[in-house]
Amino acid sequence: MAAIFTPKVVTANALLEGDVVYLTDADTWSRDLEQAEVLTDEADAQIRLIEASARVDEVVGVYLAEVTPGSTGPEPAHFREAFRATGPSNYSHGKQSEAL
Amino acid sequence: MYRYTDFDAAFVATRNAQFRAQVERRIDGSLTEDEFKPLRLMNGLYLQLHAYMLRVAIPYGTLNSAQLRQLAYIAERWDKGYGHFTTRQNIQFNWPKLRDVPDMLDALAEVQMHAIQTSGNTIRNVTADHFAGAAADEIADPRPVAELIRQWSTDHPEFQFLPRKFKIAVTGSPNDRAVTKAHDIGLRMIRNDAGKPGFEVIVGGGLGRTPVIGKIVRDFLPEADLLPYLEAVVSVWNLLGRRDNKYKSRIKITVHEHGIDDIRARVEDRFALLRPAFSGVDQQLFAQIKSDFAPPAFEDRDTAPFDQAYEQDSVFRSWADTNLSDHRAPGHAIAQISLKAHGATPGDASADQMRVMADLAARYGHDELRISHEQNIVLPHVHKADLPAIHAALKEAGLATANIGRISDIIACPGMDYCALATARSIPIAQEIATRFDQLKLEHEVGDLKIKISGCINACGHHHVGHIGVLGLDRAGVESYQITLGGDHTENAAIGQRTGPGFAADEIVPAIERIVDTYLSERLSADEAFIDTFARVGMTPFKTALYGENDKRAKAA
Repeated sequence: MAAIFTPKVVTANALLEGDVVYLTDADTWSRDLEQAEVLTDEADAQIRLIEASARVDEVVGVYLAEVTPGSTGPEPAHFREAFRATGPSNYSHGKQSEAL
Repeated sequence: MYRYTDFDAAFVATRNAQFRAQVERRIDGSLTEDEFKPLRLMNGLYLQLHAYMLRVAIPYGTLNSAQLRQLAYIAERWDKGYGHFTTRQNIQFNWPKLRDVPDMLDALAEVQMHAIQTSGNTIRNVTADHFAGAAADEIADPRPVAELIRQWSTDHPEFQFLPRKFKIAVTGSPNDRAVTKAHDIGLRMIRNDAGKPGFEVIVGGGLGRTPVIGKIVRDFLPEADLLPYLEAVVSVWNLLGRRDNKYKSRIKITVHEHGIDDIRARVEDRFALLRPAFSGVDQQLFAQIKSDFAPPAFEDRDTAPFDQAYEQDSVFRSWADTNLSDHRAPGHAIAQISLKAHGATPGDASADQMRVMADLAARYGHDELRISHEQNIVLPHVHKADLPAIHAALKEAGLATANIGRISDIIACPGMDYCALATARSIPIAQEIATRFDQLKLEHEVGDLKIKISGCINACGHHHVGHIGVLGLDRAGVESYQITLGGDHTENAAIGQRTGPGFAADEIVPAIERIVDTYLSERLSADEAFIDTFARVGMTPFKTALYGENDKRAKAA
């Protein structure tokens, strides 16, 4: 039996800054996970991934990350994605301490 | 210290210009990421979890004040105002922007530094005893040897596409502070029965997913044979080493699969072929390099100011007792500056702190600093009379933590707070352990105890050789921490043994506490260090303390 498809977002690192970015439904890249387009259909997700991967002059290392729907938008399903979305946890610096 | 020749300066400038053009071509779309990645890695530029990361080589961990000031400048100008000193005596900048990296490399070149071969399948930055040239127990200074190897290995045409990375460490002291037995090649400087200088050559050590203690491939290698012999070892492995599976590509696996005797025979054959090609130019170079490392002029002065402060100031006394080591010159000491303030990120220093340390080195320390693989900074040559002033300046900069070799002097890799390879965090675990034992006011009673934490099996945090090792893993989407006990990073190198099942992030500090409590109740006296108690009593009492007498988990392990 095929595994049930769980919600995903397209994510990568920005080519110039290295920042973690998410693909929005307007085809822009956002630093904010809440702005990401949530993909609930596997075929859609694969197409969005292929499209995003072609944007080689904007981003590096494109992949689909699992999310769970939350009240204010998608939330990371795995702790690794939580750190990517927020920044280092040893003390507040990086994304979490800067205006998005 | 070694100074760049015109050749060195031109080589680095050329590489920097090449890399600047490569970055431009990546940005304008002429290079794909697949094409660019190996080029950036050759120049120390990684892409990590949140940002790019630039790893800068600090050859054999030696810096002068101008270099450290420049690192402070780079941290402020192009990064977030701090740098992270690593277990390979390097510094990493965690937040550079791609467009700025060529300027950062040019700024490094201004002070004779670079990031070449800090990544990729090459011979990496050569590491050495951080007390080199200063330690009272030293036979000879390993840095000229390390510099000779650096020059030989940099851009070596045969060794730019090795099966995997290759790490060499050198010690000039019988007390191994360079973890030589956990390197692809470890060199111990020794003298033979006739008093001639040479090396014991250890091969095939390493940590990572398959930890192995290195084996002796040559008991005594005459000094003049060093480069042809190293070339023979790397050359044999370059052909034999497995390229089909990166987890089996390191020389430790090659040695394991072929056996040390077979490797030794192949190396000797290759060495016989190569030796005549080394006509002696290497030895002329070596002689020049040695003169660059001539010891500074140590002053003979009264140590009364030290004795007075030691007598009267308990804070200074505590720092002196833990952070100073014996120096070869009378009246002098080696002072370690802890980058492990309780609750801080191990190995991080702010730009301001770097400048304070640079100033102290310039004023009191013959302009020398060292980076230890334990992620601390060393002032290798200071006169004891100057130590009260040094301590006062360190205190003001938040750098006077008296914990070298103690339970809070923890090695921790960047872990999942920064690293793209990590499976769990390591820095917050170190922060919590240090904070907890500081609260308990136990660390001086506990004495010599090395905790080493890695956030994945690649073992950058040296957990296998920690007295207490902690390995962070991802267990079904939750951070889980395995504990090993009895590891040893010294000349008696040993791989720690697993205690049993792992602990959740919120269980790990109490688990460490139970281990320490067990040690305190089991030790014969305060003179018996943790590692000696463990050797004497074995795993059982620690296991019982961790999992209980009849705990199913203990039985499962």
